[in-house]
Amino acid sequence: MTDFTPYLLHAAILVPLLGAVALLLGGRALGGGAVKGVALAGFSVPAVISLWLWISYAADGETGYAFVSSINTGLQHWGIQLTLGLNGISLPLYILAAFVGLGAGLYAILTHSERLREYLMLLLFMHAGLMGIFASIDIFFFYFFHELALIPTFIMIGIWGGRERRYAAMKMTIYLTLGAMLSLLGLIALYVQSGADTFSLIDLRAAIEGQSLSAAAQTYTFALLLFGFGILVSLWPFHTWAPLGYGAAPTAAAMLHAGVLKKFGLYGLVQIGAPLLQEGAAAWATTLAWLALGNVIIIGFITIAQRDLKQMIGYSSVMHMGYCFLGVACLSTMGAGGAVLLMFAHGLSVALLFLLGSCVYQRAQTFDMTAIGGLGRQAPILSALFATAILASIGLPGPGLANFWGELTVFMALWEFRSWMVVPAVFGVVISAVYGLRALANIFFGEATEAFSKKVDASTITDLNWREKTPAFILLVLLVFVGVWPRSVSDPLDRSLSDLYPAMEERIELTVTEVPARPEL
Amino acid sequence: MQDNLSFFQEAAQTNLWGAILPEIFVGLLACSLLVLEMVLPKERQALIPRVAGWGLTAILGWYLLFFHAHGGGHLNSVTFAGMLHHDALGQIMRAFFLLAGILVCYLASLSLKKQRVPRTEFYHILLVITGAMMLLAQSHSFVMLFVALETIAVGLYILVSYYRHTPASLEAGLKYLILGALSSSLLLFGIVLLYGAAGNPDLAGHTAHGLNFANLRAFLEQNPDNLLVIAGMVLVLCGISFKIAAVPFQVWVPDVYQGAPTPVTAFLAVASKAAGFALLLSLVRNVFQPLQDVIIPTLSILAILTILVGNLGALGQRNAKRLIGFSGIAHAGYLLVGVTAAVTIPGAAGAVVFYLFVYLLASFAVFGVMAHLAGDNDADLQVAHSTELLKRAPFLGAVLVIGLGSLAGIPPLAGFIGKLLIFVAAFQAGLYLLLGVAIIGVVISISYYFGWMRTAIFRRWQVVEGAPNPDEQPIQALTLSSKALLGLLAGATVFLGLIQAPLTAWLGGLW
Repeated sequence: MTDFTPYLLHAAILVPLLGAVALLLGGRALGGGAVKGVALAGFSVPAVISLWLWISYAADGETGYAFVSSINTGLQHWGIQLTLGLNGISLPLYILAAFVGLGAGLYAILTHSERLREYLMLLLFMHAGLMGIFASIDIFFFYFFHELALIPTFIMIGIWGGRERRYAAMKMTIYLTLGAMLSLLGLIALYVQSGADTFSLIDLRAAIEGQSLSAAAQTYTFALLLFGFGILVSLWPFHTWAPLGYGAAPTAAAMLHAGVLKKFGLYGLVQIGAPLLQEGAAAWATTLAWLALGNVIIIGFITIAQRDLKQMIGYSSVMHMGYCFLGVACLSTMGAGGAVLLMFAHGLSVALLFLLGSCVYQRAQTFDMTAIGGLGRQAPILSALFATAILASIGLPGPGLANFWGELTVFMALWEFRSWMVVPAVFGVVISAVYGLRALANIFFGEATEAFSKKVDASTITDLNWREKTPAFILLVLLVFVGVWPRSVSDPLDRSLSDLYPAMEERIELTVTEVPARPEL
Repeated sequence: MQDNLSFFQEAAQTNLWGAILPEIFVGLLACSLLVLEMVLPKERQALIPRVAGWGLTAILGWYLLFFHAHGGGHLNSVTFAGMLHHDALGQIMRAFFLLAGILVCYLASLSLKKQRVPRTEFYHILLVITGAMMLLAQSHSFVMLFVALETIAVGLYILVSYYRHTPASLEAGLKYLILGALSSSLLLFGIVLLYGAAGNPDLAGHTAHGLNFANLRAFLEQNPDNLLVIAGMVLVLCGISFKIAAVPFQVWVPDVYQGAPTPVTAFLAVASKAAGFALLLSLVRNVFQPLQDVIIPTLSILAILTILVGNLGALGQRNAKRLIGFSGIAHAGYLLVGVTAAVTIPGAAGAVVFYLFVYLLASFAVFGVMAHLAGDNDADLQVAHSTELLKRAPFLGAVLVIGLGSLAGIPPLAGFIGKLLIFVAAFQAGLYLLLGVAIIGVVISISYYFGWMRTAIFRRWQVVEGAPNPDEQPIQALTLSSKALLGLLAGATVFLGLIQAPLTAWLGGLW
């Protein structure tokens, strides 16, 4: 019997893609039930596949990848082939993509009503792209799938967006095109300079190990990747598109974008940029760490100032990207591992927050946190879930959530990298606690404000119904599972990272001892 | 006397008419249209455009099936006393021009019936130009090059001003004529300088056949620093720059594109531009190869200016054809990056040709939609005419969005792959500055392509003062053939974005 598992990766991309095409071509002839059925299949099949692959994951010793397969699309002369596979770094993010997709898709199927067919079609296109990003070994297709997932976001904001959608869609498009173009140039530069025959990461790695690239080439290639990916992940000060875009985006699109798609850039740095361009990464590490602190501290304070719940979630997501960047900047197994773990946990918790934020809006008819109050009395389950999601996103150890392990690992790695940086980083946790707990208190606890009780009759407010609970619990269960048993993702992660990063740690130690450290503040 | 005799003998021996059968067929088809007009009774004259379109399709089919692979048995040979060289690039471009000719015939069948103009001549001239372009792409001597180029130019002078009752069309024709004549004279002057330098007995390797590419190249290899030679080469590039609308020879584009009939605009934007690029590719990879040190900076400057001017100029445009004109200038800029890379990287020529093909598909998709939207005066077509097209006419709207998306280079459409291949080639050639400029250009272009796309997709964002009301503008009914053809163009654009194997395998000879 031939091994069919590699083709599951293809199936996870094809099923949502075909679902989207079916919805596109079916037109108005499709009834509501058929539309929902197709969409449900498109979202649940990848989730099932990702679970199966998670259980049966076993990396090949030589390449470090599992489930590898390759298909020719006609660009082989240019070294481009559709090569799919998973390693320990991409596995957690692959699972994340599948489950956030399932959660967002279910939420859209169960609660969305306006032009449902078009909405689900675009979400399915996006989901197909997401399932491709983290499964691609070929770095061209890695980029290609990212764009496939990105384009529907613009359209969704344009059609279903909230206020300022016109401005938001345009600004986001221009920013993200610039970021994408820079990273594409970086990836091409990497391919051309490595002298590898293909865009496949396995070949690139082999080619680069065989020869050392000049320091100058490494520095500018890494700069292209860093700033290209940085714009896409909303690295300070290139972040301004993000809160605006999330504020305008419809819920499911915001969940998928903030939860999964934005991790593309960080994943690119952890998987491609840092291990392949070690000297370049070392040259930029300090700059990156400073910019990441900008994310943590400056954006942190901006988040405190937000009154709009959706804006606050958007800004807090930008802020937490700072921790991931700090982890990447450490250039160590531990730092990168913490960053990936945090990406995984943050993806789930921010998607959950966007979902619950939308539930709050359904009940209060406003996102203005100062205008809401006392929701907890009518909606205890909503407030409990919201509290859990907020605590998770702050990174508190209490409820056994995955975010804590990620942040803790990043802090430990940071201590070894630049120990003083742990101080502002931990201060960031205090900032998150301030805005997170205040939001919780404003919305759910205390008395309803006078204006609010005048506007909304308190007795009409209901708790979460099953349509909202189902997707929320899917996200929460995974978050708690990994929080309680982090080894389920960190073991394969650790194995892959320790293949890629140790050489770098030695080199960093060398450069740190040779060059006098930057005067500390 | 003896010399001349042997020359004629050799010429007679290399006059292999079988090598130019496709061009002969196109020429015969063109002539048969005129005969048909005389023979057919008046009520049957509507047959003539169909004869042109289907005739070209038959020639293309025959060409692809029986002729293309081996060039009729003359692949890589030089015929007609050194006038023509049937290389792989030329064989591919032959098919390209036939395809473009067919699509222009189709557009003309949509547009011309809204005007009271004679039909037969239009198709006749169109076919003659198509044939000339096919020869141009295979020329191996400046004599052939100039004759073919002038045949194209003179034909286009007529076609541009074909709506002779509208002032805009006449104005466009006049502008094109004057600037075209200027560029032809620059080209001719350059050729003369090269010929004169090559014939100078004081210089090493001088030759009496300085117009022939092979002889000229041999001469240039020994005299790459000669000032006269460099001036001649730059002037030749200037002459071709007019054809491809590279800055600073782009000033005619907006007015001529707007004034010319839509099918002619499409012909100028795609086929005429592609002819220029095919020529440029064969020149820089062959004759001018020894002058690399001069040609790379010259082309680089042209490319940078072209990308910036095209994209910035397109930003404020509301007229659909002017916008396409400026964006076409920008595309010429990206293509020039590919041509610059092709001087040193052989595979880059394949990238340029791939780009030309996807540009053809996307452009004709957009022009096809425009021809359906335009009223009696197609010079007035505004971007705002396509407001909410996706809702009013879903099929046309989808084709327009796919076409524009491909022109903008959005994955997963074919235009993205075209840009990618050019970027990879430019990287391999080490053209970092050009890449930086190209990226800036792409980012700028997003704003006007997206502006148009969202006009077509979304509800009206804001009512522009004096903008036409789209609801008053009737949309021409879709015929079955329109649906098939536009669907094919859009479908191919999506398909080639995902799976490139059919096209890349067919272009195999280029890398």
